[in-house]
Amino acid sequence: MSDFLVFEGVSKHYGDIRAVDSVSFSVNKGEIFSLLGPSGCGKTTLLRCCAGFEDPDAGRIILDGRDITGLPPHERKVNTVFQNYALFPHLTIRENIAFGPRMARWTKGEIDKEVSRMLELIQMEDYAGRKVTEISGGQKQRVAIARALINRPQVLLLDEPLAALDLKLRQRMLVDLDAIHDEVGITFVYVTHDQGEAMGISDRIAAMNRGRIEQIGSPAEIYEAPRSSFVAAFIGDTNFFDGTVTGVLDGSYCRLKIEGFPDVLAWNDKGLQTGNAVHLSLRPEKFKISREKPDEASSLNVVQGTVEDVIYLGSHTKYWVRVDDYRLGVNQQHRHYLLDTRPIIWGETVWLSWFADDSCMLERYKAEDENLLVLPDMEEESVPE
Amino acid sequence: MTTLSKKKKHEGLITGPSFFWLLIFFIIPTLIVFAIAFKPATPFGGIGEGWTLGTLFDLRNPNYPAIIWRTVWLSLVSTVVCLLLAVPCGYCIARAPKRLRDVLLLLVIVPFWTNFLIRIFAWKVLLHPEGMLKQALVFLHLCSPDATLLYNPFTVLLVIIYTYLPFAILPVYAAAEKFDYSLIEAARDLGASQFRAFTRIFLPGISRGVWTALLMVFIPALGSYVIPDIVGGPGSEMIGNKIAQRTFVDRNLPHASALSALLTLAVMVPLMITLVNHYRQPVVQRKGKGAAQ
Repeated sequence: MSDFLVFEGVSKHYGDIRAVDSVSFSVNKGEIFSLLGPSGCGKTTLLRCCAGFEDPDAGRIILDGRDITGLPPHERKVNTVFQNYALFPHLTIRENIAFGPRMARWTKGEIDKEVSRMLELIQMEDYAGRKVTEISGGQKQRVAIARALINRPQVLLLDEPLAALDLKLRQRMLVDLDAIHDEVGITFVYVTHDQGEAMGISDRIAAMNRGRIEQIGSPAEIYEAPRSSFVAAFIGDTNFFDGTVTGVLDGSYCRLKIEGFPDVLAWNDKGLQTGNAVHLSLRPEKFKISREKPDEASSLNVVQGTVEDVIYLGSHTKYWVRVDDYRLGVNQQHRHYLLDTRPIIWGETVWLSWFADDSCMLERYKAEDENLLVLPDMEEESVPE
Repeated sequence: MTTLSKKKKHEGLITGPSFFWLLIFFIIPTLIVFAIAFKPATPFGGIGEGWTLGTLFDLRNPNYPAIIWRTVWLSLVSTVVCLLLAVPCGYCIARAPKRLRDVLLLLVIVPFWTNFLIRIFAWKVLLHPEGMLKQALVFLHLCSPDATLLYNPFTVLLVIIYTYLPFAILPVYAAAEKFDYSLIEAARDLGASQFRAFTRIFLPGISRGVWTALLMVFIPALGSYVIPDIVGGPGSEMIGNKIAQRTFVDRNLPHASALSALLTLAVMVPLMITLVNHYRQPVVQRKGKGAAQ
C-alpha cells in the first residue's frame, strides 16, 4: 500500500532557522524508509514531528488516511527508538518492555505473554530481570526496539539507532534490525547520517540537506543517478566535471567540451541541446586505470594523467590522478592476486578510461558540495566539519 | 587479597577525619544526652550522683501526649506541603532557560542572607492585626477583621513551611537538573499521558532528591522551637519548646535530656529503616552486575 504515511508541505522553524522547509513525501506500508543527511539537515525534526514531540508550523502528516498533525504523542500509533535508547533506569528490562502495554491497560496475562515473545524476538530471555544499567549498549538497543514494537505501532521511528555503538556491533545490529523488520513487517522510518547504514537497510532513501529533500529513491538509484551535486557528493564519493554540450549524437549520447579533456561522450538522459552547460558526476570506481592506452571502443572516453596520491586499502586502491585542472579520484578494485602484478604508484603517467553510460548529468550543482568529497584537494588543508 | 586490604586501609584514611568529627561533635554528645536522661536532678539545676529511672517516669506528664501529637502533625503536614511545592518548583527551575534558572535559584537562596530570627519577626509584622497582610486580606474580604492570624498552630505551620521550603527545593532541583528528560518523551511515546509520565517516570527518577528534601524538612521541623515560640501561642507549643523550657526555666537537665532522647529515637528509628531500605538497592544492583560479567 503506497501513501501509508504522508508528509504534506511540512515546515518547522526555530527562530530564524528553517529546520524543515515545506517537505512532502510519502512512505509505503511495510518498507524501510530512510531519512539520510548531515547533522542539522532537518531529518530528526521531521521524525519528531511524526512522533508528536514537535508541532510543524505548516503542513500535515497523514498516517493510514488519518490526519495525525497536532495529536499528542501518546495518541499516535507511532513509536520511537531513541538515539540514546531512553530506557527507564529504575525499571527492569521486563518492566521497560511492559511499559507501553501497561499504559494501554492490557490484561496482565496478555502483557506477560507479549513481553516474553518480545524478549524471545530480541534473544534476551535471560536478561528479563536485569536493570538497564546491567546490560551492554547493543542489548540496550534491542530492548529499546522491543519496548517500541510491543505496542504494535503502525510506524516505527528509529532516530540514529546505531550511532552510539561501535563499528562491528553496528553492522551486526543492522542485520538484526533487518531480520526484526522481516519478522514484524512494520513500516520503519529510519533517520541516520551514516550513508552505509541507510544504503544497507533501506528500501528507499530520502537524501536531505538544509531542511529540504534533495532526492528520493532506492539506494541504487540514489547512488548511481544522483540528481544534485549534494546527493552525489554526500552519498559515496564522486568526481564533478563542468562542461558544455558541443553536439548531440543519435542514440541519446552527446559530445561535451570539458576544459583540459579531449571530447567527452556522455549519456544524454536530460535531453540537453548543443550549447547547454552541463555538470557531470562520475563515481571513482567507474574509471579504469592502466599504464597502456586502452583499445579504442565506441562510447569509451580516454584521457591521460599523472598519479598524485595513492592509498592502498586492501580490497582496492584509491588513486588521485591529475588531468589538467582536475584532480580525479579513482578506485581500482583488486580482483587478482596483487603481489603477482606491478601496482601503479605515485608519479606514474597513466590512462584513465570510462564509458559514456557511466557518468550522470546533475540537475542541480553547487560548488560548495565539493567540500563533501573525500580528500578534496591537497592544497586546501581546511577540513569541513 | 593484598590489594583489597590496601583499599580498605585507604578508605579508612579518607573517611577517618570525618568519622572523628562526627564522633566528637555528634555521637558522643548524643550519648551524653542519653546518659543524662538516667541521672537524678539536683534542686540547683545540676546533675546528681548515681543512676535513676525516675526521670523517665516523670515523662508521663498529662500535657505531653497533646504536645507530641501536635509536633508530629505539624512536622508531617509541613513536610508534605513543602514537597508538594518543591517538586513543581524544582522541575520548573531545572527546565528553565539558563539565565532564568540562575535568577530563580538566586530567589530561592536570597532568604538565607537575612537572619532567621529577623525573618520570623517579619512574619509577625505581616500577620499582626495592623499588619500589611492582615489588612490586605480584610480589604479583599478574605478574612474577617476579628480573625487572629497570629499565635495559633496554623501560623506555626505557615512559618515552618516558609522557613524550610528552600531546603526542599534545592535537593529536588539538584535531582531534576540531572534527570534525563528524553525519558519523559519516551514515556509519552509509549502511550503515557503527561500526568502518568510525571508520576511513573519523573518522580521515581528524582526519588533521591525527594527523599533528601523530606529529611531536610521533617527533621528540623520536628525539633523547631524558635518558630512556635515567636509566632505560636500557648496552644501551639511543640516538643522543642518543652525541652527549652525544662533546660532554661526549670533547670532540670535530666528531664530535658529524656525528652530530647525520646525525640531523637522517634526520628532515628523510622529514618534508619527507610534509609537502609532505600540505599540498599544500588548495592544489590552492583552485585548483579558483578555476577553478569
